[in-house]
Amino acid sequence: MKMQATAAIPTAYPIPPGKVGVWWFLASEVMVFGGLIGSYLVTRLGSTTFADAAHHLSVPIASLNTLILLTSSMTMVLAFGAADHGDRAGARTYLLLTVLLGLGFLGIKGYEYAGKVAAGFTPASGPFWSFYYTMTGLHGLHVLAGVIANFSLYVMARDRLRHPHRIEFAGLYWHFVDVVWIFLFPLLYLA
Amino acid sequence: MSVSVLEGPQAIPEPEAHVHHAPTGFWRKYIFSTDHKVIGKQYLLLSTVMALVGGFLAYGLRWQLAFPDTSVPGMGFIGPEEYNVLITMHGTTMVFFVAMPMLLGGFGNFLIPLMIGARDMAFPRLNMLSFWTIFTGSLVLLVSFVVPGGAAAGGWTGYAPLSARPIYSGVNWGLNLWLLAHAIEFASFLMGGVNFLTTAMTMRAPGMTFFRIPILVWQQLTAAVVFLLSVGPLIAGAVMLLMDRIAGTSFFVPDGGGDALLWQHLFWFFGHPEVYVVLLPAAGLALEVLPVFCRKPLFGYRWIIYATFAAAILSFIVWAHHMFVSGMDPRLAMPFSITTILISVPFAIMVFAMIATLWGGAIRFTTPMHFALGFLGMFICGGLTGIFNGSAPANIPLHGTYFIVAHFHYTLLSGIFFGGFAGLYYWFPKMFGRMLNEPLGKAHFWLTLITFNATFFPMHFLGLAGMVRRIADPTQYPSIVPFQYLNVFITISAIGLILAQIPLAINIVHGLMAGRPAPDNPWEANTLEWVTSSPPPHDNWGKVSPAVYRGPYEYSHPAAEEDWLPQHQMLPAKP
Repeated sequence: MKMQATAAIPTAYPIPPGKVGVWWFLASEVMVFGGLIGSYLVTRLGSTTFADAAHHLSVPIASLNTLILLTSSMTMVLAFGAADHGDRAGARTYLLLTVLLGLGFLGIKGYEYAGKVAAGFTPASGPFWSFYYTMTGLHGLHVLAGVIANFSLYVMARDRLRHPHRIEFAGLYWHFVDVVWIFLFPLLYLA
Repeated sequence: MSVSVLEGPQAIPEPEAHVHHAPTGFWRKYIFSTDHKVIGKQYLLLSTVMALVGGFLAYGLRWQLAFPDTSVPGMGFIGPEEYNVLITMHGTTMVFFVAMPMLLGGFGNFLIPLMIGARDMAFPRLNMLSFWTIFTGSLVLLVSFVVPGGAAAGGWTGYAPLSARPIYSGVNWGLNLWLLAHAIEFASFLMGGVNFLTTAMTMRAPGMTFFRIPILVWQQLTAAVVFLLSVGPLIAGAVMLLMDRIAGTSFFVPDGGGDALLWQHLFWFFGHPEVYVVLLPAAGLALEVLPVFCRKPLFGYRWIIYATFAAAILSFIVWAHHMFVSGMDPRLAMPFSITTILISVPFAIMVFAMIATLWGGAIRFTTPMHFALGFLGMFICGGLTGIFNGSAPANIPLHGTYFIVAHFHYTLLSGIFFGGFAGLYYWFPKMFGRMLNEPLGKAHFWLTLITFNATFFPMHFLGLAGMVRRIADPTQYPSIVPFQYLNVFITISAIGLILAQIPLAINIVHGLMAGRPAPDNPWEANTLEWVTSSPPPHDNWGKVSPAVYRGPYEYSHPAAEEDWLPQHQMLPAKP
């Protein structure tokens, strides 16, 4: 009788809570950028000035930045792979590389901003520039948050790997930031 | 042949390492606590304080409408600019800093882990952070009253372009802080929503399968998903609005090439689902209370869950019914009318499930049952006017009148006053280990019911008579002057509604200090929170956490001796 009742009892949940939490957080983040990108598309379709304004942006620089961010996603995966095998030194090296690539992306973005502002294109220069600075700025803040998270993990792993699974969670976020850029790059620079 | 019920709980004792130890210091125990029960009470306290602020604002604006351009006792003279501040801050406070902290933060935090048999939330420290985040947001909102230029005056919807340039509304810092308070509030509820969902997905007691989860938990989780997936576009919109205000962009300013309607779309894409974020937990509280005092299983348990999902999905495609008169493409009116009228179907299912639960029940007229029935009645009133408002031909003349004000107070405020108070009276013994006074509770119910209807029902007539919203002085329209007596009546009733909460305050203070000690299961209910002591220990269950063998509403089960059969109890096989 007791056996019958306990047979219906399921086993523990197979996914760690942290991972479930990160996925729900990312779902809400998708809607933040979704709202911004949707607004951009609607405004762009109703306007004739966007394509001309977009020509002032530099595709080669943005392509380089895309390459840097994609590479940083690779090093993030390598960091998680190393942590998964208990390779603390490898995990630290790849985390540091990811941080440096993230900072490189932000540096190039800052160089781009400076050039555009010097050429007279500020956020107040029209709808395209409003969207350009807001979308890339919000994305840049997300990159910065990821850099801080990855650097914290790098520091925390200095004597032993306390929370190897956290590198996976930070990686999920980092890939999300990467994916957002994959949308922003063609929408702002190529279209 | 007598059939006895085995005494539970039947679960395996947990290893000692898993048992949480209660903090002993005052600060860790009551202020910076990670205990979901303490955090839930903190949310309830915060929402009470903010309700006093929001109620005071309502008193000021109602006085101005009844007796235009006379000094408000206790508040002073209100000009048109101050009136705009009052309506803006009243709406913002009540929706974001009263309804959500009370129904989601308060009841959700306290009840979700207890109802699913967990020892705490999945992320207790994140939970603490979420409370202190909204606490900070509340402070920012309150500080905005005293900054130069005064508080936000752009309406609770903050429509652009009025909100997009400081010179348009004459408020600079107040509106910036208003946006900041929203941003902080959203961050808080994003943390809370992630926590609710992760907890319910990963920490349920053994045997707590999906269709044994109490309906309130389903409603809380659905509300959390709706919030997480709808608030993003408004966060994006708030960033854009802030850029318009401080960086000179022109997202929402037409003369700079922007589109003012875009703000309305972004706002209502969140704003309408937000209605269900507040309403679903309120309905869940009433649905949880009804079967207990009908001594009957909840009618259509699974159908209510399916209806909840249907309402959640539909809530994402109804938003433009707020914009029928905004100047958007009129071809959109038909599809949004259809989706809006469709969404009344899942709510009708919930209402019929409530009524069918009552049918043939052995009803116990306790105070929580009074409030649950009050919710049912008031929500039907609000739902019926919703059908008027949802169809564009009726909406266009009604929009912007007091008919709308009556409608959303009947739906949202009934959620707080009747759903929320049903929950408060029902779970107060579990929260504080003391019983509340029943006669005083019933007096509170009848006073609230009468003054609530006296306040909001005449607004339907005023709206149909053509009284528009957001005006400081209705008597400036000669056509409204013959109806001004209704405004006076409403204001007196509204003051009565505020005063009607005094019995509740007395009851709570008296209950906390001298109430009868509450037994573990005073209402003879089935769900897991009634297994543990009142109030529950820090780790909720002591050494042995419960296992679950049945659904949450098995009242009057033919095989059980009593008329209730708790979720953690097994029935022996028949000999």
